[in-house]
Amino acid sequence: MRPGLILSWALIVLVALWALVPGVFTGYDPIAGIPAEKLRAPGPGHLFGTDAVGRDLFARVVHGAVNSLSGAFVAVAVGLVLGTLLGLVAGSVRGALDEIVMRVVDVLLSVPGLLLALTVIILLGPGTVNVAVAVGVGSVASFARLARSEVVRVRRTDYVEAAFGSGGRFAAVLWRHVLPNSLVPVVALAALQFGVAILAISTLGFLGYGAEPPTPEWGLLISEGRNYLATAWWLTTLPGTVVVAVVLAASRISRSIGREDG
Amino acid sequence: MSGSARYLLSRAGQAALVLWAAFTAGYVLLQLLPGDAILIKFQNPELGLSPEQIAEIRSYYGTDGPGAYLHTLLGFLRGDFGYSIDTGTPVAERLAEGLPATAKLAGAAFALAVLIAVAVAFASCHTRLSRLRGALQAVPSLFVSVPAFWLGIVLIQVFSFRLRLVPVIGGSELQQLLLPVLTLAVPISAPIAQILARSLDQVRTQPFVPVVAAKGASPGWILWRHVARNALPPTLTVAGLTFGELIAGSVVTETVFGRNGVGRLTEQAVNAQDTPVLLAVVVLAATVFVLVNLVVDLLYPVLDPRLRRAVA
Repeated sequence: MRPGLILSWALIVLVALWALVPGVFTGYDPIAGIPAEKLRAPGPGHLFGTDAVGRDLFARVVHGAVNSLSGAFVAVAVGLVLGTLLGLVAGSVRGALDEIVMRVVDVLLSVPGLLLALTVIILLGPGTVNVAVAVGVGSVASFARLARSEVVRVRRTDYVEAAFGSGGRFAAVLWRHVLPNSLVPVVALAALQFGVAILAISTLGFLGYGAEPPTPEWGLLISEGRNYLATAWWLTTLPGTVVVAVVLAASRISRSIGREDG
Repeated sequence: MSGSARYLLSRAGQAALVLWAAFTAGYVLLQLLPGDAILIKFQNPELGLSPEQIAEIRSYYGTDGPGAYLHTLLGFLRGDFGYSIDTGTPVAERLAEGLPATAKLAGAAFALAVLIAVAVAFASCHTRLSRLRGALQAVPSLFVSVPAFWLGIVLIQVFSFRLRLVPVIGGSELQQLLLPVLTLAVPISAPIAQILARSLDQVRTQPFVPVVAAKGASPGWILWRHVARNALPPTLTVAGLTFGELIAGSVVTETVFGRNGVGRLTEQAVNAQDTPVLLAVVVLAATVFVLVNLVVDLLYPVLDPRLRRAVA
């Protein structure tokens, strides 16, 4: 493995640990602040500094990981399951159904992801779960298109024909042969979408459709720091840097999937 | 009918079909809204409206009855997008107010994005230092990983508060446009740069390049006349695909910089559950996207003589 890839995995593991056991990484409370220590610059006591009510920013970023990561998981799961299912059905049944599904995909792809997510949010209302679902719906189309092209490719191979020829039922052959052999590029897309979802969720959080304050969600953290741009640069800069690093790591891992050399 | 006319017609027909489907999907989805905006706004007991009066308001907004869908569709075709539930003004009017500002922002951002992409791609193909080359190749993936809203904030922080180059409020129009354009351009330049760099690399390994070089062409001539020309079509396709992102990106950019425009209108519409406005914005975004990609498709045979024969 190359150093960049090792670093990416290390970062993802670290952030996953932030989400699972935040108490190990910080002793500060993410919600209750210490008023006497408000707006401290980053330093040995407070790694990322503190905000206007004296809350430790690093603690808020660490405790916020669970919101961003679980949201991204839900989003990718929605996109992956719905998209792969649509692509699998379209690519294996073909005919009129294939045409209809792919035209729906065209329509979804013609509307930018953020607008699609906003449409879902106006429907479901704001909230962390709804934002995650909205972002997931936005990625269904790309999963469906990729899964379909893979299924169409695998469907034509000799071993699938042989499986059908030796009396395999349609659903069984799909499950045993077509699906597993179509999955590698789909998994690579899922890794990429994980980063994209973190980005989209933080954007929607920033716009105010996600978690409610004082929940430490990454996009919301940056939004709250906007009022202190002139005095406290760390409140916006540092959480944003964490988001960029996680998204970069996810895209680096995505590029390595399905390649021998990483 | 000639082959190219048939190609043109079928592509235009497909585009129209996608737009109609986008409208219908948006319409159906937004009709599903449980507590719809009319109820939220007019069911307030203080207004003392009877159910009959609410029904009357509904028919005024064209959201009721079996003919509502057709009514709205025909309205959209005529450029009548119904009425904003939030302000009661025609949606078309509100869109027309925001459109010039957003078009200026998006147009400038697209131009800058292409400039950045061309610079990054050509530099990474041209440089002989492998370390610099690696760094330049990583630029696109860095650019897509940066949240646009955060980039805008950081730019304000650096250029307005630290260096004091751009005033936070006031300043000339150019100064006001500078940071938002940069914010919108950076994420959009990434996919264009990526595809351009990849196509340049691919074209350079093709056998016709050494042939042209053997005939005595200079490296600059080869790059511009032969390599760049052949790398253009895939880049154009990706550049067309970014147009939807321009409109979505303007939501974030206009919110961060407090500019008025279609993006800001979208954000306000979502906050107020103003479905007619959102439907109009979604259809507008889809229309821009579909039209730009139709033009790109139709340009392909113009750019590539081989396709001209295939179509005709």
